[in-house]
Amino acid sequence: MSSESTNSKGPLAQTPLHDLHVELGGKMVPFAGYEMPVQYKAMGIIKEHLHTRAQAGLFDVSHMGQLILSGDGVAQAMEKLVPVDIETLGIDKQSYALFTNEAGGIQDDLIITKWAENQLFVVVNAACKEQDIAHLRAHLEPAINVEPLPNQALLALQGPAAKEVMAVLAPATTELVFMSGCAVQIEGVRTYVTRSGYTGEDGFEISLPAQHADKIARRILSFEQVEAIGLGARDSLRLEAGLCLYGHDLDTQTSPIESALSWSISKSRRTGGDKEGGFIGAPVILSQMMNSVTQKRVGFQVEGRVPVREGAQLVDADGNLVGRVTSGGFAPSLNAAVAMGYVANEQAPLGTELHALVRDKRIPVQVVKMPFVPQHYFRG
Amino acid sequence: MSTLKYTKSHEWILVDGEMVTIGITDYAQEQLGDVVFVDLPEEGRELVEGEEAAVIESVKAAGEINSPVSGTVVAINAVLADAPDTVNQDPAGKGWFFKLKIDAPIDDSEWLDEEGYNAYLEDEC
Repeated sequence: MSSESTNSKGPLAQTPLHDLHVELGGKMVPFAGYEMPVQYKAMGIIKEHLHTRAQAGLFDVSHMGQLILSGDGVAQAMEKLVPVDIETLGIDKQSYALFTNEAGGIQDDLIITKWAENQLFVVVNAACKEQDIAHLRAHLEPAINVEPLPNQALLALQGPAAKEVMAVLAPATTELVFMSGCAVQIEGVRTYVTRSGYTGEDGFEISLPAQHADKIARRILSFEQVEAIGLGARDSLRLEAGLCLYGHDLDTQTSPIESALSWSISKSRRTGGDKEGGFIGAPVILSQMMNSVTQKRVGFQVEGRVPVREGAQLVDADGNLVGRVTSGGFAPSLNAAVAMGYVANEQAPLGTELHALVRDKRIPVQVVKMPFVPQHYFRG
Repeated sequence: MSTLKYTKSHEWILVDGEMVTIGITDYAQEQLGDVVFVDLPEEGRELVEGEEAAVIESVKAAGEINSPVSGTVVAINAVLADAPDTVNQDPAGKGWFFKLKIDAPIDDSEWLDEEGYNAYLEDEC
């Protein structure tokens, strides 16, 4: 196997923690144009995954896009792009959101934090960064200033022991409830910390200047509860938590209703709400909410030990093609395989039994609720 | 007197008269990552050289083993059913995959000895 740090678009970018990853024995792979650690030599994906749920894992997510949107009316302006009520979002509160398109599909999923009535802090997926920035600029400028933060790093500290670490480094953050944030200093570095993440566990995300990221990451890793965790475990953790990965479980061809993300559409933006519609694709999406859709995203429990992965076809008892798997793999916390995918409406009820086609095998799968493991968000 | 050889696709082959044992090398297990399932051939199956004999599923990916020789499967490693991570822990020993009884003389011209395999790893991997 050869190991080149390039992709077809040229050399890969590196995060501010690149040297640290290599030092820790990170197996570096290309991801969204960046060289990222998929796992670390000492542990491996399964151990990193289990450690995060048992204690605390530190993830470098600096490849993701961080932006500040500022100007009077920024909340109303942003409401044109996401089916969320940003006006009533509290200061230092966060909301999950979707960028929708005219056809009612999803351009990206993101987290919006209200820093002030005239300022939003936004985090978007690495793979969609450039296109999201262009989208925001096209719709918000010149009234609203769109400022990408290429010199800002992002760390995620997740797991039940994360709060023990934060209690030492920034005690104020232990008062935060899930989906809220605050500006704090960590070892003299100005950061913005939110109580959120992508694992289903309690945890924090720390936005900080790139020049201090290495120092702060090493400080966090100096706690014995903490291990460095790669993208491989990040994926198995979010899969167990039933969380979507854009580009896989969500894309421009899936609507929020089909993707079982109706919950993310604020009530005021729905039919009958006082700010009904007014976002890109609203007519399609609101109509789907009132009527029905033909496919739905569901979770699957897999029989046996063969992982059922993205791309696998799903058939019913008669061998008819009824759906496709969009995410799947081995779930270390369950010691079993799980998957997520889309099925025709009729196959969506819990308990529906189907088969996944994997190589020459028909693997029995059953529609089950997600998340596959219990959530541990801190609600106060 | 058994001899241990390696293929460029990172399998090891232990030849002991008519019996051949197959496994994957430490390099291969490291590339695969945590193994979660091994799909072994059934005992009695006749394999042709080059035919897909086993599939290894790791957390991240799947890899195949193509049989380096023709023969009949006479034993498979039952340990791997409950402990697939044995492949990661001890790929050269307890993590063996299957044993074949060969039915024709072996052509080992493409295989490497330990020194040759290590050189191959250094140069090309």
